[in-house]
Amino acid sequence: MSQSKFKIILNGLITENPTFVLILGMCPTLATSTSALNGISMGLATSFVLIGSNMVISMLKNVIPEKVRIPAYVVVIATFVSVVEMFMQAYVPALYESLGIFIPLIVVNCIVLGRAEAFASKNSVLDSTLDGLGIGLGFTIALGILGSIRELLGTGKIFNVNIFSDHYGTLIFILAPGAFIALAYLIAIVNKLIKHIKI
Amino acid sequence: MTYFLIFISAVFVNNIVLTQFLGICPFLGVSKKIDTALGMSGAVVFVMTISTIITYLIQKGILAPFNLEFLQTIVYILVIAALVQLVEIILKKISPSLYQALGVFLPLITTNCTILGVAILVIQKEFNLMESVVFAISTAIGFGLALILFAGIREQLSMVKLPKGMEGTPIALLTAGLLAMAFMGFAGIVK
Repeated sequence: MSQSKFKIILNGLITENPTFVLILGMCPTLATSTSALNGISMGLATSFVLIGSNMVISMLKNVIPEKVRIPAYVVVIATFVSVVEMFMQAYVPALYESLGIFIPLIVVNCIVLGRAEAFASKNSVLDSTLDGLGIGLGFTIALGILGSIRELLGTGKIFNVNIFSDHYGTLIFILAPGAFIALAYLIAIVNKLIKHIKI
Repeated sequence: MTYFLIFISAVFVNNIVLTQFLGICPFLGVSKKIDTALGMSGAVVFVMTISTIITYLIQKGILAPFNLEFLQTIVYILVIAALVQLVEIILKKISPSLYQALGVFLPLITTNCTILGVAILVIQKEFNLMESVVFAISTAIGFGLALILFAGIREQLSMVKLPKGMEGTPIALLTAGLLAMAFMGFAGIVK
């Protein structure tokens, strides 16, 4: 893979990480990171939609008239979301239940529409697909980290593997306030670190 | 009585922002000043009520009889996007003063996930039309309450000197976390 293609993926992973740097898509980030597994599944579902919609939108960028582009993008995104929704309902019903309303709400996730508008509408099909992959992975990793932290502090487990007894778990980290607080400190740490890393 | 319970539950116990995590983007985005928070809340109450009624009627009148429920997501988001545009045009024509107050916030509402979220939730909870309307209005009021409380705190916070890394989003999230903790005190009032 050439240098520039690699850079597109790295951009989504670190420089423009949707959760820690761009602060987009906060609703699913906070709501579905109750455990590492939930977080990563949500990240993967969103990644699929991102890659699919970026690819299709960059293919159609010369066909879609300028004035109706937003509704057109939304229809493309909503189609992919419906695909994910039906797929999860059929093959992983338990996961579908636990993510609940946040699967259909991928449609209004600002990351997906944001990348369609900012990247896919201006770049080639391959680049847009890679951008979807990079941003999707960045989102998945961020949700995985946040999910692991909340699961560990809340129940003493990571991916359902016991680290310490759940007797010492702090329930608040599984509940709503813990999501805000854990993410607040995580972003503060990333802010601090990013000043030292130059890419 | 059911309506009253729905109201209390949607405003306090299951507050859409602080316990359900819907609408975090506008919650963080337009909460720097109380004035803008008020405007946004007004626009949300307005649009959420209308959009819930319309999507509910579409669900019961068109999608359910023809077994097209799998199109729910696509149809809803299109209806909401079109509706927001329509509300904007009509408001501009019939009530310029209201448009002045809410105008800037209307385009932002399409990507506010509370609107789509409530439209889907009322179907999932199997509410009837009247219950759906009450639920939509109360949820929007709950959103407004959280937003205005949060804006009030942030106005004060903007005058405080903070550690560098905590400035901006981290401190806002931390404040939201404490606010969410306060709202947890309502848990258990309504089953």
